[in-house]
Amino acid sequence: MNWFVLPHLAWSGLASRAAIALLVVCAPLAAARAADAVSTADAPPQVPDTIQQRVKACSTCHGVHGEGSPGDGVFPRLAGKPAAYLAQQLAYFQHGLRKYAPMEYTVRQLSPAYMEEIAAYFSAQEAPYHQSPVPSVSAAVMERGKQLVERGDSTRGIPSCVSCHGERLTGVEPAMPGLAGLSYDYVSAQIGSWRTHTRAAKSPDCMAIVANRLRDSDITAVAAWLGSLPPPTDMHAQPAGVEKQVLPGWCVASDAGVTP
Amino acid sequence: MKRWIAGLLVVVLVLAALAWMFFPSPRERSPQSALPQVNAATLRDPALIARGEYLAAVGDCAACHTRKGGVRYAGGRSLATPFGNVPASNLTPDPDTGLGRWSFEDFWRALHLGEGRHGELLYPVFSYTSFTKVTHDDALAIFAYLQSLPPVRQASEQPSLRFPYSLRRSLAAWRALYFKPGVYQPDPAQSEQWNRGAYLVQGLGHCNECHATRDALGGLSPDHTLTGGQIPEQNWYAPDLSVNQGGGLEGWNKGDIVDLLKTGQSTKGAAFGPMADVVRKSTQHMTDTDLDAIATYLQSLPARPAAQAPVSRVTFDRKKGAKLYADRCADCHGADGRGVAGIYPPLDGNTSINEPTGINAIRTVLLGGFAPVTAGNPRPYSMPPYAQELNDEDVAAVVSYIRQSWSNKAPAVRPSDVSVYRHTPID
Repeated sequence: MNWFVLPHLAWSGLASRAAIALLVVCAPLAAARAADAVSTADAPPQVPDTIQQRVKACSTCHGVHGEGSPGDGVFPRLAGKPAAYLAQQLAYFQHGLRKYAPMEYTVRQLSPAYMEEIAAYFSAQEAPYHQSPVPSVSAAVMERGKQLVERGDSTRGIPSCVSCHGERLTGVEPAMPGLAGLSYDYVSAQIGSWRTHTRAAKSPDCMAIVANRLRDSDITAVAAWLGSLPPPTDMHAQPAGVEKQVLPGWCVASDAGVTP
Repeated sequence: MKRWIAGLLVVVLVLAALAWMFFPSPRERSPQSALPQVNAATLRDPALIARGEYLAAVGDCAACHTRKGGVRYAGGRSLATPFGNVPASNLTPDPDTGLGRWSFEDFWRALHLGEGRHGELLYPVFSYTSFTKVTHDDALAIFAYLQSLPPVRQASEQPSLRFPYSLRRSLAAWRALYFKPGVYQPDPAQSEQWNRGAYLVQGLGHCNECHATRDALGGLSPDHTLTGGQIPEQNWYAPDLSVNQGGGLEGWNKGDIVDLLKTGQSTKGAAFGPMADVVRKSTQHMTDTDLDAIATYLQSLPARPAAQAPVSRVTFDRKKGAKLYADRCADCHGADGRGVAGIYPPLDGNTSINEPTGINAIRTVLLGGFAPVTAGNPRPYSMPPYAQELNDEDVAAVVSYIRQSWSNKAPAVRPSDVSVYRHTPID
C-alpha cells in the first residue's frame, strides 16, 4: 500500500524528502511483508471444520450468529428461532412454497439432514436484538396494532399474534417462530407475500388465512407495533404448551393453504 | 447477424411448408409395430424395474419431468426455450394424464424417434436427439420402471411456443436438419469401457444437449460435440469437456472427472448451477464402473484448436479488482487462486473461470451457494452471494481480475454483462 502513496507525496520538496525517509524506513518492512506474503501464498488458507464456516452463504446476509441485517432489517433474524421452524422454511424455499430467488438458489442443493443441521446452528445462537427504524404512524394506528397483536379482532375473525407466537412473541417450541426483533419492513413484506402467494405453508396455512383477513391498514399497524416493541429480556422460544399443540379452531385445512 | 437469422427463418418456413405438403404424418408412414410385442409380465420383472430405476437416474429424467416440490416423474415443470415454453410430461402410469395407456412401442417411438403416441412430432427440448442412441433393452427397463410407479393424476399444460414453432409439423424441417435416429453403434476399435462411456455420454446422459453450442434454430452441429456452449434461457456456460490441449478440462485426469461426477467436487473444480443439479440427482448415483467408463471416454476427446487470442477492448479497474479479491475471495480461494483441496475450488486454471463468456464467474459471484450435497460430500462448504453487497462495477472488476490473474487469460467482463445476469431467473 505504501507504494501507492509515494507519487502523491512527491509533489513538494518537503514531501519528497518525507517520501525518501518513508521509503528508507518502510523498504525493509515491505520486503519482510513481501516475503511473508510469499510464504503464506504457498500455504492454502486454514479452513475451520465448523458449521459456522460451512454456512458462509447464509451468514453473509443473516449474520454470523443469525442476528439479521442490522439497520435495514431486510434479512430476518434467525437466532433463537425454533430449529424445526427454520428447517421447515428452508424446505419450503426448496419446494417452491416460499419464493425469493437468492434463498431458492442457496438451498437448492441441500439435503433434509443438512438443512436440519444448519437450522439447529442458527436456532442455538444467542445474538442480541436490535431495532430497525419504524415509519412514524399515528397513535390510532399504533393502538390498532397493539390490539391486533395482543387481542386480535374477533369481528373479522383475526386471532391475536400472541395466541400462537407466544406471550413474549419469541415463538413457541417446537416450530412456531418468534416475531420479536423482526423489522417493520420484513413483517409487512411477509404478510404481503402470503397474499400474493409468494409465501405459503403446507395446508392448513393459518397465516394465509390471517393475512387475507387483514386490511392493508392492519398490516401497517401490526408491523409498526411489532417493530417498535422493546427487545425481550428472555429471547428464547417458550416451551411447548400442551394445549397449544392443537391448531386453533379458526384455522382449518382449506384452499387458503396454497400448494404449488 | 439479424439478417442471417431472418434468412434462416425464411428457409425454415419454406421447408416447413414443403414438409407439410409432402410428408404424411409419421404414424401413417411407419408400420404400426416393427418391434415384438412386450407382454405385461415382462414389465413386472423386479430385476428389469430395478435396472430401469438406475437408468432413469442416469438419464436424469426426473430433473425435467418433476415440478418444484412435486411428485417425482409426475411432470409439470415448464422448460424455457428461446422459442417458448414446453411443459415436461407426466411419466407416471396415470391413464388420463400420464403414460397409463402407453405400450412399450409407444415409449420406444418417443425415445427413439421423437414421436408422440398419436404420431405427433415431439419438441426436441425432450432430448431425443441423444436418447435415440439408447438401446432397446435399456428403453424397456426404463419403461418397466416408469410403469411401476404409483400413478399420479396431474395434467400437463399446453406448450406456449411462438409461431411458427407452435406448428408441430414445422418440426419436420427441424428434424431434417438436425435429427438422425439410430441406436448407438459400438466402435470395434475401442475398448468395451470406452464404448460404455461413449454410449452413456452420447445417449442417456445427453451431455451434449448442454455442452455444445446451439445455433439460431436450437440445433446442434454434429461437427462440434461436447465443445461447450451457453445454455439457452438458463444462461450458464456448459464448458468444453476435452481434457486434452486447448480443452475446457485440460489437465483433468480420470480421477478428477469421477470425483466431480460422484461427489460434486474435485481438486480441479466444483459443480454449481445446473451441473450441481445433475450431480445431485443423477451422476452421484452412477456405479463406479459407469463413472470410470465416462471418464475414459472423455479422456479420449481430441485436443481443441488453440483459441485465437481474444480481441477484447474491455478494460477494467485492476486495482479495484485486486482489492475486492483480497477482501472477499482470498480467505477461501487463496491469494494464489489455488483454493483449498476438497473444500474450496481453485480459480487458477478453472474452466468455469476461463470459459469464453464470463457468465459462470459473474453469476457465481452474484449467487454464491453450496456445492451439491452428495453421499461423498454430505456437508458441503458454501460461498456467500455478493449480489447484495457488490454493484455491477465491483463484480465486473473482481471477475475480470480473476479471469486475468495467475495462469488465467480470459477476456475481461463489462458491468453491463453483470447487470444482465443479475436479473436472470434462477430456474
